[in-house]
Amino acid sequence: MSNAPSHLRYTRSHEWIETISDDTYRIGISDHAQDLLGDMVFIELPEAGSTVSASDECAVVESVKAASDVYSPLSGEIIEINEALEDSPDLVNRDPYGDGWLFTVKATDSSELDELMSADEYVALTNEE
Amino acid sequence: MGAKTALYQEHLNLGAKIVDFAGWDMPLHYGSQVEEHYKVRGEAGMFDVSHMTFVDLNGPRVREFLRYLLANNVDRLQTYGRALYTCMLNEQGGVVDDLIVYFLDEEHFRLVVNAGTHDKDMAWIERHAAAYDVTVNEITDVALLAIQGPDARHKVHHLLSDVQREKAQALVPFNAVETEGFFISRTGYTGEDGYEVMIPQDQAVDFWRRLHKAGVHPVGLGARDTLRLEAGMDLYSAEMDEETSPLEAGLKWTVAWEPLERDFIGRKALEPQYNATPARKLVGLILDDRGVLRSHQRVILDGEVVGKVTSGSFSPTLGKAIAFARVPFDVGERVLVEMRGKQLPARVVKPPFVRHGKACFE
Repeated sequence: MSNAPSHLRYTRSHEWIETISDDTYRIGISDHAQDLLGDMVFIELPEAGSTVSASDECAVVESVKAASDVYSPLSGEIIEINEALEDSPDLVNRDPYGDGWLFTVKATDSSELDELMSADEYVALTNEE
Repeated sequence: MGAKTALYQEHLNLGAKIVDFAGWDMPLHYGSQVEEHYKVRGEAGMFDVSHMTFVDLNGPRVREFLRYLLANNVDRLQTYGRALYTCMLNEQGGVVDDLIVYFLDEEHFRLVVNAGTHDKDMAWIERHAAAYDVTVNEITDVALLAIQGPDARHKVHHLLSDVQREKAQALVPFNAVETEGFFISRTGYTGEDGYEVMIPQDQAVDFWRRLHKAGVHPVGLGARDTLRLEAGMDLYSAEMDEETSPLEAGLKWTVAWEPLERDFIGRKALEPQYNATPARKLVGLILDDRGVLRSHQRVILDGEVVGKVTSGSFSPTLGKAIAFARVPFDVGERVLVEMRGKQLPARVVKPPFVRHGKACFE
């Protein structure tokens, strides 16, 4: 059973999005995604200050099993990255919705949020897989 | 739905992620394969390897048969319980399987072969055994538990009877003993000390639980693969197969060329290669950059594809990716490996990468 907190929004490619303030959002990968990938060994993050467009590949999570691209759910500027993942990629496994977050985006187009899924929709999607 | 070992329900109870392995439902890990890897390197872990194939060979001419069937020479086995690692070759000198053979008495040897090659191995052995009047009996009512790590033997000793313990303690590496229904072998596939214990299936759950209670950690196939890779041990179908000579798989040491008059299957095909320089060889690779070496990645030298990674993974002990790769014999100290659209430099080393918990490559 997939664990997907209801206060977050989700993408079909298994990212989660948490609202931090009006236009800033924190991004990570879901519990379902980390469970499928297994132990993380390297996390490659975008540079703080860089700009991204929605659905750009902007990070890579590499596990014992496979390397997987992470797509930015929103367009905007990367304002913060989770530097702790450099030494402790396993945070993504242990706490995917907390200490295992990947980066924070200052969004430029709030309408992109309408494309995202609710927790219920996401759980339904993962149950189909 | 695959075949299940006697310990399948135990794996589920421990929260194992189950995967198909050669038609068997086996534990990949019980939460974290990297943690499990560390437990084996630092303490003691246990693996259910009951899916492997166990074959007893009996008859007055069994030694003569094995001299012909196996590329290593069973005449190296002269004392009770002694084990030998060997390839079983086809007429073309390719590897049908790699296995361990035990000498139990002049009319009784035992083989442990891979699960993935069960059907063709049994057919191959039976086909050649007939001419020697050797009886081939697969043992199907046992479980095999591998208990590995610096604390492994000590922890197993506490669970044995006095008689069993005394016999186990006396075992030197690559030797086994049958005692009170247990077949205890000082072997493994991790580069650590330990045992592989063959026990009746109906005692498997009890023994597994007692080991767990004694602090031996369950370990799945995921860590089994990273442990054997660090230890520089080949995996059948990755490093070698029916199209690959053992001479190009780092296994020349297992081919007993002398005495020259011993005929074994594959010998004639290997003859021209044996004393020549082979075209290719198996080497170890270490990636100092971030990234993970994985099987089938291409190895590049001077802008050309010259080989491929046969097995690769992240080494928890070294904190970087390691691999086996088959490359030209005269390869230098560095190559490039293609991954995810990039070419990253890798160091060429002689495996093993890790022995008894420590880095040891050259």
